[in-house]
Amino acid sequence: MEAIKKQHELVVSVSPHLKSEETTSRIMWTVSLSLLPAFISGAYFFGPRAVITTAICIITALLSERAFQKITNREDTISDGSAFLTGLLLGMNLPATVPFYIPIIGTVVAIVITKQLFGGLGYNIFNPALIGRAFVLITWPRAMTTWMKPDAAFMRFDAISAATPLGILKEEGLAKLLALFGDKLNLYTELLVGHRAGSIGETSVIALLLGAAFLVYKRYISLHIPLSFIGTVAVIAWLFGGKEGLFTGDPLIHIMSGGLMLGAFFMATDYVTCPSVKKGQIVFGIGCGLITMLIRLKGGYPEGVMFAILLMNCFTPLIDRNLRSKVFGFMKKEAK
Amino acid sequence: MSNEDRISNWQLIKNGIFKENTIFRLVISLCPSIAVTNSVKNGFLLGVAVLFVQTMVNTTVAIFRKFIHPKIRIPIFMLIISGWVTVVDMVMAAYARAAYKEIGLYIQIIVAFASILARAEMFASKNRVCNAFFDGLGSGLGFLLALVLISFFRELLGRGSLWGFHIVQAKPMLIFILPAGGFLAVGLLMAFFNWIDMRFYGGKGAGGASGH
Repeated sequence: MEAIKKQHELVVSVSPHLKSEETTSRIMWTVSLSLLPAFISGAYFFGPRAVITTAICIITALLSERAFQKITNREDTISDGSAFLTGLLLGMNLPATVPFYIPIIGTVVAIVITKQLFGGLGYNIFNPALIGRAFVLITWPRAMTTWMKPDAAFMRFDAISAATPLGILKEEGLAKLLALFGDKLNLYTELLVGHRAGSIGETSVIALLLGAAFLVYKRYISLHIPLSFIGTVAVIAWLFGGKEGLFTGDPLIHIMSGGLMLGAFFMATDYVTCPSVKKGQIVFGIGCGLITMLIRLKGGYPEGVMFAILLMNCFTPLIDRNLRSKVFGFMKKEAK
Repeated sequence: MSNEDRISNWQLIKNGIFKENTIFRLVISLCPSIAVTNSVKNGFLLGVAVLFVQTMVNTTVAIFRKFIHPKIRIPIFMLIISGWVTVVDMVMAAYARAAYKEIGLYIQIIVAFASILARAEMFASKNRVCNAFFDGLGSGLGFLLALVLISFFRELLGRGSLWGFHIVQAKPMLIFILPAGGFLAVGLLMAFFNWIDMRFYGGKGAGGASGH
């Protein structure tokens, strides 16, 4: 009797039989956790407005995901954390002083149009948070490029507007940037710490690197995309960034300003929208870097990380198809 | 007999508007649906022009269908289409000069619209004159309706106005009068109609035209 009972307990299932401890929701929540340092630094520099803007994004993301799944009778996937992460990333990509309808509409576009209408998590072609941001940037360019001067005083609602370092670099040149920040060393330190105008979560390089190091340590992201992305930006900034000719640019300013750190470590490495083969990831990173620098140096916008990642997202299927590793024993058919 | 004919003609019109709507179901001629729909007025005028050309081309092709050699039918269809487009072009240039300045280019480009050649090839060259006339009327009306619908949302959201009159005082969403917003509007409306079709009529969306 006991033996029969034992037999019944044997589970017959299809492969894979060994499952990893890692689940989608665990990865999503860990990535959200790794964004915490950058979020805290954003809250510190930009005050309560930054917290409110991000909170609006997260709440709208959760609500719109739930509402869409309710309307279309789909499985409720709120607890997997992907909507939370999208909301958090979008919030961290907005200036702190935007009017409150901007985060709401941006998040609805990100969750409903970019993610759910394409079939939900895993089927989206583009990074939802970045599409949300691109949508609001094109729709309300004025509000989206009015940056707040960082102020370390807590609980201050009034803000002085200021230009981002990349904006100053584009409009007025390096000399003006140096005059504003004192000397070059001071500029580097301020950029590293994050004491500059910009989106809520993109300013503090140290905080972002801290979170990224945690993700790399947990092996949630590999360094292929971030390193090739940042490396390409550095090389092109060095080659063509200077006013006095070739090889006179300053790569460090370009690396540490704008949304490059946030984009390269947290957005370009999105599992769904980046290539899965390592070789392809390097191609993806280089492409992102090229487009970013093309926009920064020659384009109309001062910052191009967002458009670069979105454009390369289009190429992800193409890259994956052409650079996948050869299957052992597989031979190409001879053309007749 | 005449009663039966009338019903089938009515069905031809309905077919053109709903089941085989040029933009939302057949997904052809998307270029004008994005290029001219940033205001209701332009969308409506181009829709009327297409309605006229479509109907006349269908009728003409059906009249001459027995005399057109199948091997050279496409060039002949093109000649007929460009003839009628020239008529519309000249009439508009003479009587609606302000609008012609804005959408004149797209009036001339009606020659290359896939929808018109498709109706001539698929329907008019195989059917009687009367049926071809009503088929052209239906698919032209469907195109007109789609264009007005798209431009209604785009102008309302992108400019806060309708037919040039200011209505909404809120800050408009600039993206909807840019080309990117055109793609968004067309895609969202298409998804909406597919959803209605699947939810309430048991259809399969644009992939397979439903049988109602």
